[in-house]
Amino acid sequence: MTFVQFCFYLFSAILVFAAGMVVTIRNPVKSALFLVLAFFSAACIWITLEAEFLAIVLVLVYVGAVMVLFLFVVMMLDIDLAVMRAGFTRYLPVGSVIAVLLILEIALVMVSGFGSDSYQAPGAHPADYSNSKELGRLIYTVYVYPFEIAAVILLVAIVAAIALTMRRRPDSKYINPSEQIKVRREDRLRIVKMKSNPRAGAKAADGESS
Amino acid sequence: MIPLSHYLVLGAILFGISVVGIFLNRKNVVILLMSIELLLLAVNMNFVAFSRYLDDTAGQVFVFFILTVAAAEAAIGLAILIVLFRARRTINVEELDSLKG
Repeated sequence: MTFVQFCFYLFSAILVFAAGMVVTIRNPVKSALFLVLAFFSAACIWITLEAEFLAIVLVLVYVGAVMVLFLFVVMMLDIDLAVMRAGFTRYLPVGSVIAVLLILEIALVMVSGFGSDSYQAPGAHPADYSNSKELGRLIYTVYVYPFEIAAVILLVAIVAAIALTMRRRPDSKYINPSEQIKVRREDRLRIVKMKSNPRAGAKAADGESS
Repeated sequence: MIPLSHYLVLGAILFGISVVGIFLNRKNVVILLMSIELLLLAVNMNFVAFSRYLDDTAGQVFVFFILTVAAAEAAIGLAILIVLFRARRTINVEELDSLKG
């Protein structure tokens, strides 16, 4: 068993274990953390497939951004776990039977159709081969139009996420600056002209107090 | 060298686990979203494996786009979840039946 094979089976075992924990563990926070472990092991497996750029992107974008977002939301929401877990054990037997059937069926097709006799393992790339360079060349030439569409999708996602969650708080002390600088002196200050009218005896009281 | 079928079977196992996750956690929207992320990871695994064994980098470009769309989906899904929780104080799927006729 070579080192690459050892790494592949080790990280596969960790990946399957973490995926199983994601769907079965009780606490959603732990579930999100196990999903992080699953993504990390998947990135390691992608490195054995010589897809280094995507492995790094998976760690940076998924573990660094999306999973942090998940953790944020899970910790922000006050979820009643007992209600959420109701019916879990009732569906477990049927669910696991379906999963085993599904996996067996796919595995049967995959092993018979894509075994080592029909698909030979590719040779190693030359030493100066750069996966990121190759991907970049493809993205900016052949796939430049889908790449622009992907950028627009991300922009729409940003706008939608902010527009959905933003709300004006009623007790906010926010002041509109353009309203603020448009104010004139007449709006704020009123000068009342009054005729001075000294009362009788005021002078005496004044003298007493001083 | 590891045969291609081992990567594909790994993808199949991941896919099966996430389908069961959707089946078991049908009330909790957060776990549902996480299961969908796992499902997309299984698909990506197949793409990367085929891209390597057929020696065609286009598969990796496709994974790149799937990652983009999945990130957008997760962001919008979680935003909707927060709005939902503010309005209803629950994320239980079975209680979200206001549109039921």
